Amino acid sequence: MVNLVWLVPVLPLAGFLINGLFRNSLSKGMTSVVGCGVLLASFILSLLIFGQVRQEGFEAVTVTLFDFISVDKLQIPFAFQVDQLSVLFLLIITGVGFLIHLYSTSYMHEEAAPHFARYFSYLNLFVFSMLLLVLGANFVILFIGWEGVGLCSYLLIGYWFKNVEYGNAAKKAFIMNRIGDLGFLIAIFWMINQFGSVTFTEVFGGAKGASVGVMTGITLLLFVGATGKSAQIPLYTWLPDAMAGPTPVSALIHAATMVTAGIYMIARSHVLYSLAPVTQTVVAVIGLATALFAATIALKQNDIKKVLAYSTVSQLGYMFLGLGVGGYTGAVFHVMTHAFFKALLFLGAGSVIHAMGGEQDIRKMGGLRKALPVTSLTFFIGCVAIAGIPPFSGFFSKDEILAAAYARSPVYYGIGLFTAMLTAFYMFRLFATTFSGKFRGTHEQEHHLHESPSAMTIPLIVLAILAAAAGFLGIPEALVPHAHVLEHFLSPVLGGASGDEGHGVAEISRGTELGLMGLSAGLALIVSLWAWGKFKSKPEVGEPAGFGKVLANKWYVDELYRAIITKPLNILGKFFVWLEKWVIDGAVNGTGRLIQYSARQLRLLQSGQVGGYVLLMVIGILALFLVELFVKK
Amino acid sequence: MPINYYIFLSLALFCIGVAGVLTRRNAIIIFMCIELMLNAVNLLLVAFSKMHQHALAVTNPNAGIDGQIFVFFIMVVAAAEVSVGLAIIVMMYRNTHSIDVNFLNRLKH
Repeated sequence: MVNLVWLVPVLPLAGFLINGLFRNSLSKGMTSVVGCGVLLASFILSLLIFGQVRQEGFEAVTVTLFDFISVDKLQIPFAFQVDQLSVLFLLIITGVGFLIHLYSTSYMHEEAAPHFARYFSYLNLFVFSMLLLVLGANFVILFIGWEGVGLCSYLLIGYWFKNVEYGNAAKKAFIMNRIGDLGFLIAIFWMINQFGSVTFTEVFGGAKGASVGVMTGITLLLFVGATGKSAQIPLYTWLPDAMAGPTPVSALIHAATMVTAGIYMIARSHVLYSLAPVTQTVVAVIGLATALFAATIALKQNDIKKVLAYSTVSQLGYMFLGLGVGGYTGAVFHVMTHAFFKALLFLGAGSVIHAMGGEQDIRKMGGLRKALPVTSLTFFIGCVAIAGIPPFSGFFSKDEILAAAYARSPVYYGIGLFTAMLTAFYMFRLFATTFSGKFRGTHEQEHHLHESPSAMTIPLIVLAILAAAAGFLGIPEALVPHAHVLEHFLSPVLGGASGDEGHGVAEISRGTELGLMGLSAGLALIVSLWAWGKFKSKPEVGEPAGFGKVLANKWYVDELYRAIITKPLNILGKFFVWLEKWVIDGAVNGTGRLIQYSARQLRLLQSGQVGGYVLLMVIGILALFLVELFVKK
Repeated sequence: MPINYYIFLSLALFCIGVAGVLTRRNAIIIFMCIELMLNAVNLLLVAFSKMHQHALAVTNPNAGIDGQIFVFFIMVVAAAEVSVGLAIIVMMYRNTHSIDVNFLNRLKH
């Protein structure tokens, strides 16, 4: 079964080709069947592979398809690696991906058939690239997938390309990702230079022999790549803008899968990170800063998708905190639970937007609970899960990260806990403003309100069940011994790192851990109830003032970037345009013009008068004669 | 006779030829002037050849022969050239009813 792993990415690729090439002739029904069918088939295959991998004593398998690059001693095969980590991501990508494809068939139904097929072909291409990313057995294959998802993200953010703003958002995402990708690329070159290979096993095997400085350099560059893809400070500003894409795209790409690529990559190369304590600290600090920073911004956003976008940035920061303190399992666990509840929240938001006829401002919503019972219930479960209230999934994964952070430094824990409270606050602000109270939209919208069709609610329900229950895969050791199924499952891949050489998770006593857990759960519950009560009756409908305005304007980071990066670059660009036009072009055109001018003058000599020619000839001969006589010698 | 006389004579003939080519418009006269120039060169060749023969006769009885043979070649070539040139002039006359070379500039139109 494992040898058939290549089919998992090939199926979405086939879906992409069919939907992309025949977009003008396929009906919407056929497109949906192809688009969802390939994903379902991939998911079933992944399940079968998972069944084999989860057996006791499974060894990681490398499936080599063909030689990709072969230069001198450097061999880069096109190979897939099947192990516990990649299978877990396979399941998340194909599973959540399938649900979102299904949801899209209904959400995008108003599009014309060719555009509908274009949407699904992009989505399938995205899944293909993402699968390539998590399956690759070396950094180059990973990088191909990495670039592929970036491209699909660009295409899908700019899906409604007639809107200039959406096109700009797409470009912003692409360019920001490129900055990160450059770091990643340099890291790969460095690896080739240092280890003569990019294959995971060989690089990790050789890593122990390298100096700390080299490891720090490589891991920092890899982390630069991760900050771009996973939207961390300073490259995070593209993610909120990426909400210009269709909502299911936000759910799949900008919440559940693509943005977790950075976490996957770091978890995959945890061996390198464990050897570079400086980088670990950098990762943890950047992650924590992003988590806090994005959470504060989310407090004052009024666009339902923007709140979720900043919440995603914040949660990604959490995952990086987990990676930075050595809690790799916790980070991957959080990737999984986050994929469930954030996809759920985004799809729920999509359902709300669908019902509101495209309205995204939560100030114009309110009281949607009656009209959208399924959406509001599943959204509630998502909110509870992300807020970290037990026994929903977010509690377990977040707490594992927090416990790991506490073991490294109580400061990390304190800020992390504060961020968790902010998360609970803004999520329940969002929930209360959207679903409780009185309806504040127009009369027409109120009349139009309706629950979404079953193609949209079924994914919501499935994801809600997952978001509620996935936490039980990782029950902390302190509560029930040996119940952390996920840690047990991932231990062949990540186990070596935890507690390894003092850079992994330090042990904390059971009592402390229980206390921390109780503290975070209690605080999350209190803050959630407080926010719910506060915004249920009196939602914020006016424009924010004072400090709230700074938050609502995202700390003016976009403006800052515009002033210190975009503007100088534009000026530099204008200067080069001038240089190009007047200096370089001037020299080239000037040469041409000079030759044309002299040719026009010389042409006058060709008068057609034989006598003139002969005279010139004689003059020429005379000149040669004189030269011979007087000049030479 | 000193060689100088021959040189001056050739030079005079050559310059007359050049002046004729430059100033006259009648194709046949131009043609004749070209022949004049050729013959000026021939004269010079023969004169130098004779001079070398005279100077080197003691050591090499064949010295200077080359120059005189050259002259024969030039005369043959000139004869061929005359036949072609005259043919061109005949054709020119048929086309333009004139042998004025300045009319040839209509070739450019």
